[in-house]
Amino acid sequence: MATEISIPDSDAKYSDVEEYGSEKMDLSMGPSHPSTHGVLRLQLQIDGEIVTKCDPVVGYLHRGDEKIAENMTYNQFVPYTDRLDYLAPLANNMAYAIAVEKLANLEVPPRCQAIRVITAEMARISSHMMGLGAFGLDVGAWTVLVLSLNQREFLYKLFEELTGARFTTSYTRIGGVTRDIPDGWLGNVEKFCDQFVPALEEILSLLTRNKIFHDRTVGVGIISKEDALAYGLTGPNLRGSGVPLDLRKDKPYSGYEQYEFDVPVGTKGDSYDRYLVRGEEMRQSVRIIRQVIKTMPAGDWFAKDAVKIFAPRKEKVLTSMEELINNFMITTEGPQMPPGEVYFEAENPKGILGFYVVSKGGGVPWRLKIRSPSFCNLSIVPKICTGILISDVVAILGSFDFVMGECDR
Amino acid sequence: MAVIPLERKPLTLAERTYLPQILQGLKTTMQHLVAPAVTLEYPEQRPEIPTGYRGVPTLVKDPNGREKCVSCQLCEFVCPPKAIRITPGEISVDSPNAHVEKAPKEFDIDMLRCIYCGMCQEVCPEEAIWLQSNYSMTGLSREEMVNNKARLYELGGTLPDNHHKWDKKKAAEEHGNAH
Repeated sequence: MATEISIPDSDAKYSDVEEYGSEKMDLSMGPSHPSTHGVLRLQLQIDGEIVTKCDPVVGYLHRGDEKIAENMTYNQFVPYTDRLDYLAPLANNMAYAIAVEKLANLEVPPRCQAIRVITAEMARISSHMMGLGAFGLDVGAWTVLVLSLNQREFLYKLFEELTGARFTTSYTRIGGVTRDIPDGWLGNVEKFCDQFVPALEEILSLLTRNKIFHDRTVGVGIISKEDALAYGLTGPNLRGSGVPLDLRKDKPYSGYEQYEFDVPVGTKGDSYDRYLVRGEEMRQSVRIIRQVIKTMPAGDWFAKDAVKIFAPRKEKVLTSMEELINNFMITTEGPQMPPGEVYFEAENPKGILGFYVVSKGGGVPWRLKIRSPSFCNLSIVPKICTGILISDVVAILGSFDFVMGECDR
Repeated sequence: MAVIPLERKPLTLAERTYLPQILQGLKTTMQHLVAPAVTLEYPEQRPEIPTGYRGVPTLVKDPNGREKCVSCQLCEFVCPPKAIRITPGEISVDSPNAHVEKAPKEFDIDMLRCIYCGMCQEVCPEEAIWLQSNYSMTGLSREEMVNNKARLYELGGTLPDNHHKWDKKKAAEEHGNAH
């Protein structure tokens, strides 16, 4: 199988009759197009309504996060991880913190791990809710978006209570989290779960057996198992094609091995399967959240032995000279890391988010590489978006549920 | 096994006529029509802001009216988007707070740069900078969006002090056993 990804030529002559003949035309879909979910541009070559070639052009949201990371301490980079997959910032925070903790060979206490798991699963629900709503909107179901945004609002209220911000949470620090769970918060999460389960079924019932939705998605954008693996797809898009790869099961981190949940896989690999996988994943996330609430361990929510890594508590900074100096040192020099390199990947809502950190010692990474799932998932678009109708391109993009903040980073 | 293949049942003849879904859609709409509204009539109704919310950063004074900031510039250093600019200054020797020695001469927070991450509050060794519950800032020019020292104290007000470390220092000095 030849895998050829052509690089779009910005100087392409659009009136090149010899190359295209008189039948085909070029069409730029995006970068500001409602169905491209952000600033993705698809350079389409179309013959009537049939797409004959599709080149995704990425980079409109490039901010140079990897280079920025080399110029600041490990903790200062946490707000930048919020802005990778901005629909699930808590999951990104967690993946980044675990990557750097792995470098420092630091083990966080069980309570901290459980807090991170519960927030990551809530982020998964909120991300899938948005993905589902946008997918529904792309194929013409407005109600799904409105109902799922309502559920997302409930989650944001909980995030606000826990982290102090709705969207850009910046919740983790190297060696812990910024604050402990407030009183009664777990009860609110439980209440959310109780109302979420019937609400989810209501939202899904609008699509699952809907003839219009079936017409738009069944058999559209089929990705075979082999292709999904060859192109490095991850997350729900890979599982939709029938590959049961879920790092929470295969390489458990942050205590995921204690919780019981199932990995849904699709059978056909079309857009409809990817939709089904997301729906089932939310049910599984609720299961995990309920287990975490039931077994939430007491104790510390930051690593006590992380002397030169996690800043001391405020009351100690205010009363003890040594802790005050330590606070200044950690803030100005950064959390002290040993030299070395580490790669850690976490199962994020969109797929596998990996951080590759190279340290030469000290508090600033020498190199930080981000493996973003949305970027890798987009690599298969030229293959599956060829020979189909333009309207199917919209349905396929909706089923992919990518985020350009993470793709372009 | 923990892997569950998802079921895909073909649509029944009735479902293929679009009718059941249309009726169900109408039912959903009707249910939500009579359910209590989930929206908020924004400027009239305001959302409830939880404690610990990270709103606009402000400077605070202690109950004695002393400005808490000692211009150590740690917040300026840690601020990821570099929104804070501090010019340190001295406290004059005849002031009642002369034992604190330093206070900011100028303190600017550029709210066009601020990302409300709360790191300044987190690192502050004096609990002088606080992100409070104000979430909405408007201005007609770039200059207006830079909060200067006077504006920051106006926004911040007074917060209780649990440690009184500078009062303790003053008392120790008066007893002649300062460091």
